[in-house]
Amino acid sequence: MTTQAKLVCKHLWKLYGNIPSQMMDSQYFPPTDNELEKFGVIGAVKHASLEIQDGEIFVIMGLSGSGKSTLVRLLSGLIEPSVGEIFIDGQDMLKMSEKELIEIRRHKMGMVFQHFALLPHLSVLQNVAFPLSIQGQSKSEAEGRALEVIELVGLKGREDYFPRELSGGQQQRVGIARSLAVEPELWFLDEPFSALDPLIRREMQDEFLRLQAMLKKTIVFITHDFDEAIRLADRIAIMKDGAIIQVATPEELVMNPASDYVGEFTKHISRAKVISAGSVMGNAKDGKGAEISQRAKIVDVAAQVVAANSPLKVVDENGTVIGSLDAKTVIDILVQQGG
Amino acid sequence: MDARVLEQRKSLALWLGLFALTWFFARFGASISEALGMEWLISYPKEWIIPLNDKVSALMKWLVEDVHFILFSFTDMTRALAWLIEQPYYFVRALLATGFEQGVGRRAVQIVPPLSWLTILAGVIALGHYAKDWFLAAIVGLSFAYLAIFGQWESAMVTLASVVVAVPIGVIGGLLLGILAYRHPRFDRIMTPVLDLMQTIPIFAYLVPILFMFGFGPVSALVATVIYAMPPMVRITAMALKAVDPEIKDFGVMSGCTRSQMTWRILVPSALSSLMVGVNQVIMLSLNMVIIASMIGAGGLGFDVLSSLRRLNIGGGFEAGIAIVILAIAIDRLSQAFAVRSSQIHPAPQGSNIFKRHPRSTLVALVLIVALIVGRFVPAFQTYPDEMTLTTGAFWSDGVKYLNINYFDVFEAVKIFFLTWFLLPIKRFFLNIPWPWFIVVITIIGWKFGGWKLALMNGVMTLFIASTGMWEKAMVTVYLCGASVIIASAIGIPLGVLAAINQRAGRVIGVVIDTLQTLPSFVYLIPVVMLFRIGDFTAMIAIVLYALVPAVRYAAHGVKSVSPDLIEAGIVSGCTKRQILTRIRLPLALPEILLGINQTIMLALSMLVITALVGTRDLGQEVYIALTKADTGRGLVAGFAIAFIAIMADRIINASAKNARIRFGLEAKND
Repeated sequence: MTTQAKLVCKHLWKLYGNIPSQMMDSQYFPPTDNELEKFGVIGAVKHASLEIQDGEIFVIMGLSGSGKSTLVRLLSGLIEPSVGEIFIDGQDMLKMSEKELIEIRRHKMGMVFQHFALLPHLSVLQNVAFPLSIQGQSKSEAEGRALEVIELVGLKGREDYFPRELSGGQQQRVGIARSLAVEPELWFLDEPFSALDPLIRREMQDEFLRLQAMLKKTIVFITHDFDEAIRLADRIAIMKDGAIIQVATPEELVMNPASDYVGEFTKHISRAKVISAGSVMGNAKDGKGAEISQRAKIVDVAAQVVAANSPLKVVDENGTVIGSLDAKTVIDILVQQGG
Repeated sequence: MDARVLEQRKSLALWLGLFALTWFFARFGASISEALGMEWLISYPKEWIIPLNDKVSALMKWLVEDVHFILFSFTDMTRALAWLIEQPYYFVRALLATGFEQGVGRRAVQIVPPLSWLTILAGVIALGHYAKDWFLAAIVGLSFAYLAIFGQWESAMVTLASVVVAVPIGVIGGLLLGILAYRHPRFDRIMTPVLDLMQTIPIFAYLVPILFMFGFGPVSALVATVIYAMPPMVRITAMALKAVDPEIKDFGVMSGCTRSQMTWRILVPSALSSLMVGVNQVIMLSLNMVIIASMIGAGGLGFDVLSSLRRLNIGGGFEAGIAIVILAIAIDRLSQAFAVRSSQIHPAPQGSNIFKRHPRSTLVALVLIVALIVGRFVPAFQTYPDEMTLTTGAFWSDGVKYLNINYFDVFEAVKIFFLTWFLLPIKRFFLNIPWPWFIVVITIIGWKFGGWKLALMNGVMTLFIASTGMWEKAMVTVYLCGASVIIASAIGIPLGVLAAINQRAGRVIGVVIDTLQTLPSFVYLIPVVMLFRIGDFTAMIAIVLYALVPAVRYAAHGVKSVSPDLIEAGIVSGCTKRQILTRIRLPLALPEILLGINQTIMLALSMLVITALVGTRDLGQEVYIALTKADTGRGLVAGFAIAFIAIMADRIINASAKNARIRFGLEAKND
């Protein structure tokens, strides 16, 4: 038996407008796009099924209006789906009472918002301690824990500042600290870096990866930035017009885009950074010289391969030779052709 | 010919035709109907009147005398309510003005004196400094010093006591209702029209039922004040909560807030700065009610003004009136400073001892103790000595006397000129229009501007006015209000335009307008009555002064907010300054100007009841009479009639302002 997925959703639909009851009949359901249009119903999320594994960074990527924000709101329980099921640790979220939901949110979930959603009347310390004090923790207990996470996100010394006295990047660090204060298992990040300047965004992405390496949360990360998705994700779901069109690792996306639409995104990606040696190596085990791990990204081994006169050995985790990588393949990838 | 032009001509023809017909009926309707033997066309026949007055009165009587809930009667409930309101009021009043007494009537002995004037002065100065800076402290301090020096202290403290009690009740009640409206959209849908009505029915109309339930006295006055001052707080609360950033609301849900945590720890604190605007509104409206509330038993400055007005004592009325204004300015500035302060960051006080941490509080406490002890031996520390008060009463009285003796003819000439050439023709015109025709005209206007819904509403409301026997008084109301609005617009709109295009003029006009707005409505009446004596002309001047403000404000705002791009486009295409004004600024400001006129009409209607004191014969007088006779039905029905006129005017003008905005592409057509 495989391990149970942390967060699962099955056949999730979110429809807006007057939904005629006949449309929900099994005969008409699931409706096609034409039928939705005929009934005058807007499908914000259509037929979404996902399994998010414990400890992975799962990125939902889509342009504006693609339904990604609606999807994350469904998954976090902020809105209810029109049709479908959501399971957290195997528990049916839609069958939970108001009280159970509050409990889950207090202890299992954390969320970071695009525009930070800090409470303007509270200091950094009070903001971070807020979710804890909501649970009824004493002031000293809550603030003690808050100080820990503030230090974790690198804001030590700014506890008594107010949100408006901080830069955007710092404000989002407060947002991150606040969402981590309750030690959530499931961490939702709704376009957390979109409102930041490009340089700060990069810095925050590094910070995010550093934190995740330490904390190993299960993460649902929303973005409209494909580069960001590639950089951070273990797996990516690409959404368009409310539907999920492909779920794959960054490498698979680049190698085998499911449609021209996905291809449009992957076209401009620096492929060498995404593709690993294992997926482009030749089968011949005639490589010489240095060994290359099959997981190594092309960009990291390119110089080595090109400098060598003959193909190099590619090995798996155990050191067994499984194939070889030649200079031509690497150069093709570097000039954005092969792979 | 272009279809649009044709359309415009057609609608112009319609209006001209309607006006011509109306004029014709007004001029000859009487003789025609007499010739036809159908006098009922001109004056609504008595036998057709629906006796709504009596029914409402009977209902009220039944409510007070016969209604029993399971354990207690309606009267018990109002008494309990009254008792609840009385306790804090008497306490605060004793603290500020009368002192705590033991025993009743003449044998009452003061056991604890009220706070000495020095303590209160120190307290408000400290508050001013705490809220903002020394400048505000000085303004507030000087205002209260004025009250002491000009002998208004005790009345002012009674008034302050009622404000101090009414404001928290209004704020908390409004906040709770607003939260309820925010949480339950259905409640909101019921609440909105009720609030609309509460704000358009003249205050006097609900003074009567309140008087009926709570009797004459400060409690009735407080209840009336709260009812009058609460609606904006409800609206502002509901709006402010709706306007809280949805992300912050999501955050609240995601942190696992319960509903009450959501309200009190997320929504209300996030919306605090908007809520403070509501608090300021409640304070200002409570102060506006001061004089009116004294008609049903509030003492203090309002009573002083009212009794001076009744005795035609110019000086006394003027002094008490100014004292209200000064009190209002001081409290307004203080509350605004607190509103700004609440949205700023203030580190917690630090310091080694209590004096360093709370310098102001300790200082005030010190003054309190000193005044209490020294005041026992030196009365001047307790109450401001009478012999040191100044009075300007004689000055004002003499001034008016002087004007009356020397310029009586001039004033009389002005008055007669306006009456003969302006007021009376309008009055005659309105009174002579046959009522069925007028109903038709109003319905057509409603249909033309707002479709069948507005037409239906107008028809039903005018019919209500006719069928309750209010027709003639309603026409006098329309005439008086219309004439005043015409004059107020004729003065106000050019002033507003001037304020918008000339900075220096704008500053001067701004100060004048601000002053006019803080003056309680009654204050206008006093000098005007002195100079022109009672009658329609006096009423008109008072109404114009009171209702002028929005005409100026909206015109200035409208002209100023015309997009600079358009003005530059005008300059580039070679417009003269004059052309820029007439071709670009004014047409584009039209929707705003219309809204200004709308507000002017609303204020004019609310002033009408007050001018009934100077002898007009309109719906206002009807309400006023009902008040003096405690006739609930009569007061409410007349109140509704005024509210209906206000609502109709409001809807018609809003619809036409919207049409104008759509025409200029400032708003999308959404139907």
